[in-house]
Amino acid sequence: MKVLMLNPLKCTGCRACEYACSFKHEGIFNPLDSRIKISTFLEDLSFVPSFCMQCEEPYCAEVCPTGALTKNAETGIVELNKDRCIGCKQCVVACPWGAIKLKHTGKEIIKCDNCGGDPECVKVCAAKALTFEEVEDAVAAKQKGVAARYKEIAKEMAKGVNP
Amino acid sequence: MISGGYQGKILRVNLTNEDVKVENINEEWAKKYIGGRGYGTRIMLKEVDPNIDPLSEENKVIIATGPLDGTLAPSSGRVTVITKGALNGAIACSNAGGHFGPALKQTGYDMIILEGKAKEPVYLWINKGKVEIRYAKHLWKKPVDETDKLMREETHPEAETMAIGPAGEKLSLIADVMFNGHRASGRTGVGAVVGSKNLKGIAVRGNLGVNVADSEKFMEAVYETRDLLSKDSFSGGGAALYGTAMLVNVINSIGGFPTRNAQDAYFPEAEKISGETLRDKNLIRNAGCAECPIGCGRVTEIREGKYKGEHGAGPEYESIWAFGAMCSISDLNAVIMANYLCDRYGLDTISAGSTVACAMDLYENGFMPKDDVPFPLNFGSGDALVESIKLMGEQKGKLGKLLAQGSYRLAEHYGHPELSMSVKKQEFPAYDPRAIKGIGLEYATSNRGACHVRGYTIAAEVLGKVDRLKYEGKAELTKTFQDLTAALDSTGICLFTTFGLGGKDIASLYSAATGFKCDEKEFMKIGERIWNLEKLFNLKAGFTRKDDTLPHRILKEPIKTGPSRGEIEELDKMLDDYYKIRGWGKDGVPTKEKLEELELSELK
Repeated sequence: MKVLMLNPLKCTGCRACEYACSFKHEGIFNPLDSRIKISTFLEDLSFVPSFCMQCEEPYCAEVCPTGALTKNAETGIVELNKDRCIGCKQCVVACPWGAIKLKHTGKEIIKCDNCGGDPECVKVCAAKALTFEEVEDAVAAKQKGVAARYKEIAKEMAKGVNP
Repeated sequence: MISGGYQGKILRVNLTNEDVKVENINEEWAKKYIGGRGYGTRIMLKEVDPNIDPLSEENKVIIATGPLDGTLAPSSGRVTVITKGALNGAIACSNAGGHFGPALKQTGYDMIILEGKAKEPVYLWINKGKVEIRYAKHLWKKPVDETDKLMREETHPEAETMAIGPAGEKLSLIADVMFNGHRASGRTGVGAVVGSKNLKGIAVRGNLGVNVADSEKFMEAVYETRDLLSKDSFSGGGAALYGTAMLVNVINSIGGFPTRNAQDAYFPEAEKISGETLRDKNLIRNAGCAECPIGCGRVTEIREGKYKGEHGAGPEYESIWAFGAMCSISDLNAVIMANYLCDRYGLDTISAGSTVACAMDLYENGFMPKDDVPFPLNFGSGDALVESIKLMGEQKGKLGKLLAQGSYRLAEHYGHPELSMSVKKQEFPAYDPRAIKGIGLEYATSNRGACHVRGYTIAAEVLGKVDRLKYEGKAELTKTFQDLTAALDSTGICLFTTFGLGGKDIASLYSAATGFKCDEKEFMKIGERIWNLEKLFNLKAGFTRKDDTLPHRILKEPIKTGPSRGEIEELDKMLDDYYKIRGWGKDGVPTKEKLEELELSELK
């Protein structure tokens, strides 16, 4: 299953993802209507992206009284059915990530849908802080990265022990 | 009716009587001058007498965006400050990155015109189109980073800010205007003009989006241009890795790196202050401006020595040069500290560094009485640099007050104006015209005084294939770069996009965003029109051909060491040619025919 992955260390805070997202979904460049959000910490100039994690146990779907939010077992997406949504905002309250929000007009619930499998935010992320990849591949890459470092440490440790 | 790119509104704030008006964008002007730099200059010519004292109430400050600000066009978050500059009285136009530009547009305004002078220190809070003039006495004297933080605390945590520091408040002629606490509209003393209006800053937060005229074409151009930028070795790799400081070794290795107040153009210790060393010793991460795929911005910290624990943004190439080679300093930590201090005081780093270098030159030549100098001002001393910047920022003592006025006034005071490495009183940046001929013509003819970002011929002369030591063809090259830059500055896109993009690409973004028909030829024509517009302002302000020159040292003293040893700059070999290609007379005044061709006759 492919998931949106984020790496805050790589994020440069350019917010191109916010502009790309809002344009894709709303046809206008407005970061307030973007499903992805870059939080900027100016005190140390660090930047952290956040978006819907498509939780396996989505609180938003649990609290939704009309069944407008449902987890799609096949795609992994927590889907929003706009026709069923009554705008009660309980999902906004329930989401631990702040990833479900109201449009700037204050009338409509919006959330990330991975652009149906081809996320626009990833396409414009030149720093590659956002990636869309198979979970297994991402895990394997991480394991290999750590293993490579460990390999070097092990080599150092072996010196003199096993001549 | 404009169908995209612009919000269509201009906010006019009179600080004297606290009158706030909203006006419509003039569509004819939008087509003729685009926005930002071009449109702002047109307003200046209409509303401000070019002969006024730049620090008087009659001067105006225009904070402007362009039609590409707030869109997904690459690096499209520039905000431009246009005014009559404090440093030299020429048309001043200084742009910065960060996120203020797009945020201003999201409030519903393309630009703000600031007039008059507040009775007491104030700041503006523009919240979703609503304007509040707030008292700012508690912010006065505060450094830029703290001001930014306090303004956000008092308005909205996600507001984007513009602020001046103590330097601007005290009318230092080399004071800048800072955005988001760390991005600078550095040059021409725009910070002093803002300070003269008793305006400490502006906080903005909006909720309106930006539309484009032709969505499909626009996004096509967006992806095409982003792709082109990723393929260029600088914009798609080097800039992110080493920042603009990647140029330290590049420019020094050809012997074009002004050293010891330009006594030389080769710095043997350049490696110690290079982008590579900065990455190795100080870099924490990259910081990008709005929508920027290049990400040249540096977030750094000082990890050893007496400034250990200090952190901030930058330095970039020009700042490293000004505090480094120009002062003959190879202590990178002192260079970085000087850069942090300038950002906090709100001082232009190029002018600040070059002014300290000038002071060191005066001192070592024995032109400054001992009583005027509180500590030894020798070339190579990192301590002297950092202490000088503090004096400059706080205007402490005679030396502090003199340093704050820039190198020209300083050198003039001690009877040696020729030791100021400036044109039209503005310090030149980090490329030596003796080693790179075309950039000298650019320094001499730049409408805001010595400057590299009005026409970055370095892209062709050093990074490209044009012979840097030849004079032939440099007039044409300079004009082309100047015109292209004038147009692209006015769109709100960053100059660094030109490493990967040409006029054609930027014209296609601009045209798809606004719906205005514009090909490369028309785009260049608009640029030429803007260049002539600025020239007209300067002519009315009293500038003449004799101001289009270079420091004596560059024209007469050969480079002593390094790969460009023996070179001087023979400006005369290019200047007549340049005026001719521009369609100007030998006196540097645009001819009647040229102004007619550019539809500027009404401004003659």
